Amino acid sequence: MGHSYSESKQIATKTISILAVITIAEVVFALTGKGYIIDGFHMPHWLIGGVMIIMSVVKAYLIIYEFMHMKYEVPGLVRTVLIPTLLLVWAIIAFTYEGSYWQNSRAKVRNLKSVASTEQVEHH
Amino acid sequence: MASETVSLHGDHAAPTWSGGAEPFKASYGKLMMWYFLLSDAFTFAGFLIAYGALRFSMPTWPVPDFVFSSLPGGIHHKPLIFVTIMTFVLLASSFTMVRAVQEGQQENKRGVVKWMLLTIVGGLMFLGCQAWEWTTLIGTEHMTIKVNPFGTHTESGVYLQDGHDVKKGDTFTAGHSYLIHQHDGHFQHLAYEVTDGPNKGQIKKLEFGPKAFGALFFFITGFHGFHVFSGVAFLLIICLNAASGLYEKRKNKYEMVEKIGLYWHFVDLVWVFVFLLFYLL
Repeated sequence: MGHSYSESKQIATKTISILAVITIAEVVFALTGKGYIIDGFHMPHWLIGGVMIIMSVVKAYLIIYEFMHMKYEVPGLVRTVLIPTLLLVWAIIAFTYEGSYWQNSRAKVRNLKSVASTEQVEHH
Repeated sequence: MASETVSLHGDHAAPTWSGGAEPFKASYGKLMMWYFLLSDAFTFAGFLIAYGALRFSMPTWPVPDFVFSSLPGGIHHKPLIFVTIMTFVLLASSFTMVRAVQEGQQENKRGVVKWMLLTIVGGLMFLGCQAWEWTTLIGTEHMTIKVNPFGTHTESGVYLQDGHDVKKGDTFTAGHSYLIHQHDGHFQHLAYEVTDGPNKGQIKKLEFGPKAFGALFFFITGFHGFHVFSGVAFLLIICLNAASGLYEKRKNKYEMVEKIGLYWHFVDLVWVFVFLLFYLL
């Protein structure tokens, strides 16, 4: 692996410490952003979401590269595993957008229906 | 069979693949574990895609800080604390797994067994936490895959009835979440008067939240919990094999421990995203 036993022990301890710190930071940030820690202080949704996603991706990177030793695999293996995974992450984000599109479409249909029914009442 | 036995247990450094070039300079077992994990990622992604699409297609969604805010010992209204503890248990077990793999590289049998046992303890603690969470949701809050008593107000109002944890005259605003409690085995849909917006003055009753919430929660955390459970079972088998000296004889630096390690870290990795989507956002 290119590291001595004591070196890899150090790397593992360092990695787990960073992961723990990021997790605490995530929780504190989420609670602060949603107004649980400082009274009356809120952050916009996109900011909370964006920071959370970035922190989670950093955690995923550390787990895959340090704990699962992806760092030491040949580039071909890295690509065959990571490219499909990144496409999956994109699919999750894309379908989340799709979900809000469904919501807007439903609201639109509901409005059209209520307009149509009031028009019918007026005709009679 | 005979030639296979020779190549596995021979004294010379055996090639990891018999015949041909080694793809990606990885052993057969490790490479297949990577692709198994990739296929597993597809399944989890399917679940998370369903979650993202359904959650954002609903006009309201129960606020996670309200739903997941209880701790053992009758502590309530402490958002995220219990699930953070669960996250730390799983992270700690990932660390002990890394240590087990490192001891394997050193061919240190005692070290491998010790750190694997600690990993198993971590996995069991996580499963215990999840069992408690599910028991609370099903037993005391009566959430099932078909009925979701958690909802979120879309307009401000004032309660017209006494409930389990609210009194007549208590007010609420849009965006606050509520739980419909059961009384004598029946859900109590409390009546309230709308005090804001175009429906001001109307009298309404609390309604169940989006049905998909319960189903998604139980299926996603259940599928993940099933992975933790199978992981614990495999860890136990491999730990016993290691203790019996089986991997010592193979002289391949405890590769089996390394493979189950990959699986265990993957389970931790999935939890990072379940934690993000279900509890943090």
